[in-house]
Amino acid sequence: MKNKNLYNYILGIADNSLILGQRMGELCGHGPSLETDIACTNISLDLFGQVRSYFQYAAKIAGDGRTEDDIAMLRKEREYKNVLLVEQPNTDFAFTLGRQFLFDVYHLAFLSELQKSSDLTLSAIANKCIKEVSYHERFSSDWVKRLGDGTEESKQKMQDAINSLWTYTDELFHQTEVDKAMVEEGIGVDVTQLKEEYYKKVSQLLEEATLDIPESKWFQKGGKEGIHTEHLGYLLSDLQYMQRTYPNMEW
Amino acid sequence: MATKNWPLWEIFVRSKNGLEHRHCGSLHASDAEMALENARDVYTRRNEGVSIWVVESKHITASNPENNGELFEPAQDKVYRHPTFYDLPDEVKHM
Repeated sequence: MKNKNLYNYILGIADNSLILGQRMGELCGHGPSLETDIACTNISLDLFGQVRSYFQYAAKIAGDGRTEDDIAMLRKEREYKNVLLVEQPNTDFAFTLGRQFLFDVYHLAFLSELQKSSDLTLSAIANKCIKEVSYHERFSSDWVKRLGDGTEESKQKMQDAINSLWTYTDELFHQTEVDKAMVEEGIGVDVTQLKEEYYKKVSQLLEEATLDIPESKWFQKGGKEGIHTEHLGYLLSDLQYMQRTYPNMEW
Repeated sequence: MATKNWPLWEIFVRSKNGLEHRHCGSLHASDAEMALENARDVYTRRNEGVSIWVVESKHITASNPENNGELFEPAQDKVYRHPTFYDLPDEVKHM
């Protein structure tokens, strides 16, 4: 493959949306209320829409006859490059929205930088996605505030979720070799530059939500290199079921 | 766990500028802000609207069907109450 770095770079971005989209999609028919069920699956649909643009572009670059579906559905666990944060399970509604919030703040900052990419396709995709992601961030931030500054029980649940997920936040700003190469070419986003603003924004909102900002400085990483938590395998067996059972099936 | 239901809200959507807001349904939400977000997710995801109003259902006073006679029937036998004698120019839409 001529453009291997670019291909892998696109997968890194797309896999975050793919895996988080699958997680939110799991709530279809299982949300805590009809309205939040629809809201969460709408976010899922937005993310899957974004994923299609990325994978169509990746398939074009790969140029080996694989389609967007092949790339999305037929890789093995270690070939997925998403961050660990997005594969964490929907333990409860506080975890679901806490995870969404911790990712959305990053996602929004990332896309607004990706709009400046010298790769015109990537910058156009970023430009298209950013409105949706602004809404995701508004929605998830509102819920973190509601649950944090809600009842004693909701506050405890939201705090537990943030405490548990905190260890996965630092990986968002970790650079792989592919990331570095892409930044050098003016295509990729230098995620290390987003870190300070991210923690500032997240901390402000947690304060507004009357939640404590976790003090733990020990962080997990590995997803960007394909080393995942146990949860991804189970998620993929759901996600890939149709393509594995009925190879080459189409809608 | 708290199992109390959220209050009910009535949702009005303006489908495009120049048209009035129309009632399109109702949903549950804990406050006005959440009602707006839920309305966006439930009713306006396919370009159905440019503006949303939400109002808690309890603030709507409805007429009683038992009074339909006195409220709605008298006008029907007075033809001059209906503006049917005007020619509308084609340019006037949405009347």
